[in-house]
Amino acid sequence: MTPEDIRAGVIAAILAIAPEVEAADLASDQPLRSQVDLDSMDWLNVIVGFHQRFGVDIPEADYVRLDTLDHITTYLKDRVKH
Amino acid sequence: MFEFKLPSMGADMDKGTLLEWKVAPGQAVTKGDVVAVVDTTKAAVDVEIWSDGTVHELLVEIGQEIPVGTPIIALRAPGEAAPARATPANKVGKALSEAPTRSRKPAASAPADRPVPSAPTAPAELPTRQRVSPAARKRAAELGLDTTRLVGTGVQGAVTLDDVERAAVAAETAAPARREVAPEPAGPSIPTSAPVDRQAEMRRAIAAAMGRSKREIPHYYLSETIPMRKALDWLHGANSKRPVTERLLPAALLLKAVALATRDFPEMNGLFVDGVYKPSAAAHVGVAISLRQGGLIAPALHDVANRELGAVMLELADLVRRCRAGSLRSSEMSDPTITVTNLGDQGVEQVFGVIYPPQVALVGFGRVSERPWVQDGKLTTMPVVITSLSADHRVSDGHRGALFLARLNTLLQQPETL
Repeated sequence: MTPEDIRAGVIAAILAIAPEVEAADLASDQPLRSQVDLDSMDWLNVIVGFHQRFGVDIPEADYVRLDTLDHITTYLKDRVKH
Repeated sequence: MFEFKLPSMGADMDKGTLLEWKVAPGQAVTKGDVVAVVDTTKAAVDVEIWSDGTVHELLVEIGQEIPVGTPIIALRAPGEAAPARATPANKVGKALSEAPTRSRKPAASAPADRPVPSAPTAPAELPTRQRVSPAARKRAAELGLDTTRLVGTGVQGAVTLDDVERAAVAAETAAPARREVAPEPAGPSIPTSAPVDRQAEMRRAIAAAMGRSKREIPHYYLSETIPMRKALDWLHGANSKRPVTERLLPAALLLKAVALATRDFPEMNGLFVDGVYKPSAAAHVGVAISLRQGGLIAPALHDVANRELGAVMLELADLVRRCRAGSLRSSEMSDPTITVTNLGDQGVEQVFGVIYPPQVALVGFGRVSERPWVQDGKLTTMPVVITSLSADHRVSDGHRGALFLARLNTLLQQPETL
């Protein structure tokens, strides 16, 4: 998977939970949860979405590292099975 | 023969529009079966029947607006002979084994006193039209997608929400210039005119229910700062052993604790109707859920006190998902006995809620945040949640309310028992 594939999957997982979001408007280096209205249930569903798309089980302790689109993409790229 | 009437769907909804029939004449139904889908200002509601029987006749047309209480189906009681037609095997035996776990007031079942038209000789009209789930239809309308151009992957080729979402993503990728065509209005973008009406309708419905609450219910408010270290530590420990799909949120813990706390405080859990308060044996906890397009809905999780925490969490996740997709069941809309709002999730420290009539109490949780805390004479830090109780002074007094919050606190210090 290329970083572009992963980024597209990440955005798709977010859009599945927050369909009102315009993907083009998301800044990759800004905190995601300040750009998208995600409560704790939404966030858990996004994490489940990542799990389903990428087969990566993300422990709660790692949530803090998943603050921006760039960081999420990097995090998943390092763990996704090629 | 008896009639099934459109059941109540909550204090702020008095009518709906019939979207779809889920049953056809001749079909046997069991209590709890979904018989129709009715569109309301807040969601497409799956209407569940309260009794067993066999559908004799459908009494309203698709697209018709129906006030709550309108007879919508004529049914034959279990065992009642079909008039001049073979009855399909009915499900009486099965129904008996499915003992309901919660008591619900049976709707008045006046026997049909109007003449029943003879059974149609033609077989029930078989829909050749495409099947589209309510959630998918709603989403497609929001997106301006034509469902007849979609390929359904659901049961019997039904177009599902996933199909619509997939098509939407495909359309977005194929035509990225689409949204430049129409300049976006300032403020939240509104895709079509239909949701605007829905928004206005929902605002009116909320205004009616909340106005009634503030006119009729003498609220009193209490709050308590509850330490959450034990609960959160326990939760993190439990989650580290759970797969991501079964992970628990603090919200599940809070809901379960509220439900358990009502056991010794019947004056917090019940309905105040026509000047009389009726406590509820089971705690059907309404969960205030904000909708993405704006507005609010508070459907019930049933009998939370007697559910495993994992089950509460799964049901909560399912409820939020269906709320946002706009697909709820009539019982969820009509029968919460106490409401919980967890507005802290959006960042506020404290929330004092408005009671949802005819309920008599609402528990509000603020944000869980680290605070200075004195423990055993030493200053330390502690994650805390400011918990509030809005309660009805016609039914309870502040003293009992205070004891209720104290019980809630005690329960949250023993998370392993929840």
